[in-house]
Amino acid sequence: MLQACGLTSTLELFSQIPAEARLDHPLNLAPGISEYEIVDYFKGLAGRTAAGYASFLGAGVYRHYRPIVVDTVVSRGEFLTSYTPYQSEISQGTLVTIFEFQTMICQLTGMDVANASMYDASTAVPEAAMMSVRVTGRSKILVSKSVHPEYRDVQTTYARTQGLPIVEFGYDAESGQIDFADLEAKLDKQTACVILQSPNFFGIIEDVKKAADLAHAHGALLVFVFSEAVSLGLLEPPRDADIVAGELQSFAISPSYGGPYAGIIAAKEKFTRQLPGRLVGQSTDTHGNRAFCLTLSTREQHIRREKATSNICTNQALIALMATVFMELYGKQGLRELATQNLSKAHYLGSKLKPRFSRPYFNEFVATPSTAPETANEGLLAKNIIGGLPLGRFYPELKDSVLLCATEMSKRADMDTLAEAYRS
Amino acid sequence: MIRKVRQNISQNEDLIFERSSPGKIGYQLPPLDVPDVDPATALGAAHVRPEIKDFPEVSEVEVIRHFTRLSTWNYAIDLGMYPLGSCTMKYNPRINEAVARLEGLAWAHPYQPESLSQGAMEAVAKLEDAMCEITGLDATTLQPAAGAHGELTGILLVRAYLESQGNPRKKVLVPDSAHGTNPATAGIAGYAVQNIKSNAQGMIDLEELSKHVDSDVAALMVTNPNTLGVFEENIVSAAKILHEKGAMVYMDGANMNALVGIARPGDFGVDVMHINLHKTFSTPHGGGGPGGGPVAVKKHLEPFLPVPRLKRVNGAWSWNHELPQSIGKVKAYYGNFGVMVRALAYILAHGGPGLRNATVDAVLNANYIRHKLRPYFDLPYDRPNMHEVVFSDDRQSAKGVRTGDMAKRLIDYGFHPYTVSFPLIVHGALMIEPTETESKGELDLFIDAMISIAKEVEDTPERVTHAPHSTRTTRVDEVAAARKPILRWRP
Repeated sequence: MLQACGLTSTLELFSQIPAEARLDHPLNLAPGISEYEIVDYFKGLAGRTAAGYASFLGAGVYRHYRPIVVDTVVSRGEFLTSYTPYQSEISQGTLVTIFEFQTMICQLTGMDVANASMYDASTAVPEAAMMSVRVTGRSKILVSKSVHPEYRDVQTTYARTQGLPIVEFGYDAESGQIDFADLEAKLDKQTACVILQSPNFFGIIEDVKKAADLAHAHGALLVFVFSEAVSLGLLEPPRDADIVAGELQSFAISPSYGGPYAGIIAAKEKFTRQLPGRLVGQSTDTHGNRAFCLTLSTREQHIRREKATSNICTNQALIALMATVFMELYGKQGLRELATQNLSKAHYLGSKLKPRFSRPYFNEFVATPSTAPETANEGLLAKNIIGGLPLGRFYPELKDSVLLCATEMSKRADMDTLAEAYRS
Repeated sequence: MIRKVRQNISQNEDLIFERSSPGKIGYQLPPLDVPDVDPATALGAAHVRPEIKDFPEVSEVEVIRHFTRLSTWNYAIDLGMYPLGSCTMKYNPRINEAVARLEGLAWAHPYQPESLSQGAMEAVAKLEDAMCEITGLDATTLQPAAGAHGELTGILLVRAYLESQGNPRKKVLVPDSAHGTNPATAGIAGYAVQNIKSNAQGMIDLEELSKHVDSDVAALMVTNPNTLGVFEENIVSAAKILHEKGAMVYMDGANMNALVGIARPGDFGVDVMHINLHKTFSTPHGGGGPGGGPVAVKKHLEPFLPVPRLKRVNGAWSWNHELPQSIGKVKAYYGNFGVMVRALAYILAHGGPGLRNATVDAVLNANYIRHKLRPYFDLPYDRPNMHEVVFSDDRQSAKGVRTGDMAKRLIDYGFHPYTVSFPLIVHGALMIEPTETESKGELDLFIDAMISIAKEVEDTPERVTHAPHSTRTTRVDEVAAARKPILRWRP
């Protein structure tokens, strides 16, 4: 091959790189190792984690059973090792799965359109906020303090860059719902959107209609956020919202120490052309057969460059495919049963520990152990149980409390042990 | 003559909603070991939905067949060469998939105690170190989820640094050969974009650059090798011009597969760059994600990196959330950890010498294609290339055949198309990146296919302009799709 290129040595391949820019020594990285050694190395790392522990952590990342079929599907090389489906003729497989994904996200959320997925909820939330800014021509963003703290952190980073003022409004210390009086006081003619989460970070179900009516009365949009997608199997969809931004980690996506996950953005039909990210649409091919393709790409960076609705060009196709397989396997009946099991487990645990807030909760709630959360959790670790998330890091006023989550994978015996430890 | 493929039976498959029939299920749940709670009682009847209208109802075997049939409608790296320029479609080793699924890693919760996360944190630290060594930069964040996200993070770092110096400045310079994400990112980050014209060789024009660099300029966003696949030979001088005016050099690392082990951005004047783990470091594209977009920086930008940062305390890893100058978080938790594990497995498998060998093979493969195809296609910038080569359709468009047509015809020959019409500075571009994955045998098949298509353009151009002919789906009416968007199924 060198000869065909008119070269005698591979070094000549790099002669265009000026000497001053060339690396003059080998990389300081050990020589390669074999497959067996790699497995061994990662098994060693995996062994130094919480494998084998029961866990009551939720807070945006949930332990739900992953049906075997999910990995069977996403391990197929035709899905795993294909590129973004720009070439419709040889990408119909991926395009159909995204079309089904978009459809099911609409069915779950009550929205008219959904995109092909976002990185995760934490990045979908600021994209929804920027969408609201474009739609309303206003700049102020009102965010509930009961939205996931890390989503708010990311929102703050994005808003600061764009010079968008962010104002937080509080939650009611008794009910755990948003403080409507505080929200109303902060709404004004500059407000582009109101962002709330339900179930909120404390697991409490919000009164979405009331918040939407308030926002709309001031000409602002309502952005509805969810972190626990399983809740949509049971809860009324947020039909009164204008934009929905959410997280699908619960749909057969491994916790994987924080990612990769898949986020969604869905919206009312009139906002379609303001959606960020990719969209798949239905059309026909030259034979008149139904066919699918990426569409409305004039919103996107590779066409619009600096005028694009977003700089995003990746979606989370393979992760969104996990969620798609999950939704189709569980289906109409299964998702409801799964949600009901989660509700039942969490309420069993809740019946043993007095939840701190009074309003209805789904599969998470805040409780106050009789000793400091860190101390109580330390004791549980000895029993191979990871307790709830101590809330002091995010909410200093709740530093005596933990956020607990129970799912279909939580065992009664572990819940009994946890409740006992927290009460004694 | 088409040698790589022949026709095969292809199964039809409806949308899942059309297969659905009431009462079918594909799931199993164990019986509850706690009392069954009535949703209406626990949540209030108004909060409970009656059903998920039109949600599918199918059996497990139907789900398996559905997705298996759909999968056969896709092209993939596992089926053959994927010469998409700028996308680095290399083989995705399966060991990466296996280790990312080990229970202790796949089921690690981001908020589990640090004492029970040491293995995961060690993997993060090890990959950060490898990124620094490979790029010649001083610190790395793995938080960004993809390339464009890394770009945004990088420009925010530049902005934060300049703000700390008293003035965030107003403009970002972007060469006209750049990826579309570069100007989009600068815009999202609040900068005005100034496009810079390339010189006759398609390279940064130092004179043109000097004209635009002043105290309003925050950074130059440069891709190196550039999108023509050519190393920016004046990069060191260009960096000097920027640095003298207090501006920075941002490098788009999309083409890092040409440099690993050969040259390091930190050594040729780059201050900040992103790397695509899903390109250079073999994590699968998955039909469009997930990715990983680490950002590596020089020392002076380190204090501004996203929180949290890893630190070592008494021999144990810990997350430091207290960094007063940080730009904040760009993503929840610590980034796409599962992607990091895959990239680390790739780096361990190759080691330093193996990574360099991969670069050499990738560059050799691209040069081989250039030499073999140059008699048949116009080469607007005829220079030694690195990992990819860009032809133009000038000769074929004279016959009424465009780059997009030839790309579609390539499908009939059993290959995925190359990148079409990019970079914008080449009229009718054919951008070809073979990667190191391809053997001489596969390259020769590709080259033969391209030569055969060039001959068809001469003899039977309509054969090319109406391609593909052998796919189950022919050209899709994209105009109709955009004019009256149908973005979801309805009963």
